Amino acid sequence: MNSNDLWIVFTAIAVALICALPGCFLVLRRMAMVGDAISHAVLPGIVIAYLLSGSRNTMYILPGAAAAGMLVTVLIEWLQKRLRVQSDASIGLVYTLLFAIGVILVTAFTAQTDLDQECVLYGEIAYVPFDMMSIVDGGFSAPRQLWIASGLLTVLIIVITLGYRGLYLSTFDPGYATAIGISVVFWHYILMSMVSLAAVVSFESVGAVLVVALLTGPPAIASLFAKRLPLMLLLACVFGVLACVFGYLIASFLNASISGSIAVVIGVLYAFSLVIKKIFF
Amino acid sequence: MKEVKSSSVEVHNLTVIYHRKPVLWNIDFQLPEGKLIGIMGPNGAGKSTLMKAILGLVPLNSGYAKIYDQDLKDVRSRVSYIPQRQTVDWDFPATVKDVVMMGRYQHRGLFGRITAKDKEIVDEALEQVAMQSFKNRQIAQLSGGQQQRVFLARALAQQADLYLLDEPFVGVDASTEESIVSMLRSLRDQGKTLIVVHHDLHTARDYFDWIVLLNASLIGVGPLDEIFTDEKLRTTYSGKLTVLSQVGDRLREKNFPVREK
Repeated sequence: MNSNDLWIVFTAIAVALICALPGCFLVLRRMAMVGDAISHAVLPGIVIAYLLSGSRNTMYILPGAAAAGMLVTVLIEWLQKRLRVQSDASIGLVYTLLFAIGVILVTAFTAQTDLDQECVLYGEIAYVPFDMMSIVDGGFSAPRQLWIASGLLTVLIIVITLGYRGLYLSTFDPGYATAIGISVVFWHYILMSMVSLAAVVSFESVGAVLVVALLTGPPAIASLFAKRLPLMLLLACVFGVLACVFGYLIASFLNASISGSIAVVIGVLYAFSLVIKKIFF
Repeated sequence: MKEVKSSSVEVHNLTVIYHRKPVLWNIDFQLPEGKLIGIMGPNGAGKSTLMKAILGLVPLNSGYAKIYDQDLKDVRSRVSYIPQRQTVDWDFPATVKDVVMMGRYQHRGLFGRITAKDKEIVDEALEQVAMQSFKNRQIAQLSGGQQQRVFLARALAQQADLYLLDEPFVGVDASTEESIVSMLRSLRDQGKTLIVVHHDLHTARDYFDWIVLLNASLIGVGPLDEIFTDEKLRTTYSGKLTVLSQVGDRLREKNFPVREK
């Protein structure tokens, strides 16, 4: 392994962690498909922010994508509550529409630039080491993606630690939470913001299709074994890391897509865990 | 309307409409303190909705609910809610102790530290519902009756004055039902007020001091003996009974095959 390999694995791990943490709450709320919807719907937000600002600078892209993520959440809820469209149908309608708009924008306006369909769908984690930066001039240099993902990871850990009770209770028993004065809507949007940000940051590395594997896979495996929520969060992170390491090894062995291999490893881990759980627990 | 000296819950002109269909219509009542009160009515009468309206969990189309003559937000710490057991996901990664500790969140806020005192209160609550030996169990491994006891323990840990219980006896075993009832009675004897959504007419007479009879609008409210009359009960349950008797008449008329041969 040379340093490029290490940077790729580290970036993948950081991305897996920022997905696994909010992903646990999504899985517990049985909202995994909303994660899928958000991870696709951030595309038009990214493209519009890119077109308006003319740069791929994360400072512009993140807010645009997060706004698109919130938009999809609001739209899905509006369809369900106001127009009484059933929940799976409303999710399917909204995110495919937004994603398709994003695809049209990419193909129509950004054909000559470095934002292309390949990158949108599959990500470009293999190129991460070619985009190095350091926080201070001449300081420690690491891939830009890794900096961003680590920054978000820090934010997520702080938010989940501080907001633990709110997230926990509004996920487990929204009725009781409201009765004792905790705003379920507030914590819902906090969670959706975390998912949107995780989706955007992961998007560049693993692509729209595989973000949802990272959001739901490791938490789903963790939920098979964890007796308590803190353990579930921890286990989801462990499984995320395992999937990245093994996924990368398989990808370099087969000379295949890294993000694809990671997703496959997640699937295999899940199947394996189910069997283990059936036999030993 | 029946006047009550010191009221626990007061509801005035309360109307709740879901999707253009009135679920609660112009409800007006006062409930006393220190009583065990049953909310009774047929399925779909709005019993749970009434409870949620009192707790501010559903939007009101008109009217208001007051608790101890104050707005809910000023007296939240005196109110505890025990939702229907089926409304939560019992596969959740939490232990019995975790769930009961949620009863202390209100006192500690979202960020305050859990103290040794809180742990003591949680242990006491578990003791009272005889679930002490299950405290480290994951909640997914509990029976229906045990789940209900855990919910009750969480409410006890909250140390409130007013308890609202939504269908606490659904799907629990006879011994749990008995122990919940005796616990409710002992809470009442300590001066607490308990409001229980209940649908079993047979047991209601034994359990409650006061009754609220509901069928979208208020049919009656008051002490058990005044309210539990044949006439009032017939009014409350009449809709359902007519439908059923009509079906019965049809079956007889047409000699409809009830069972295939």
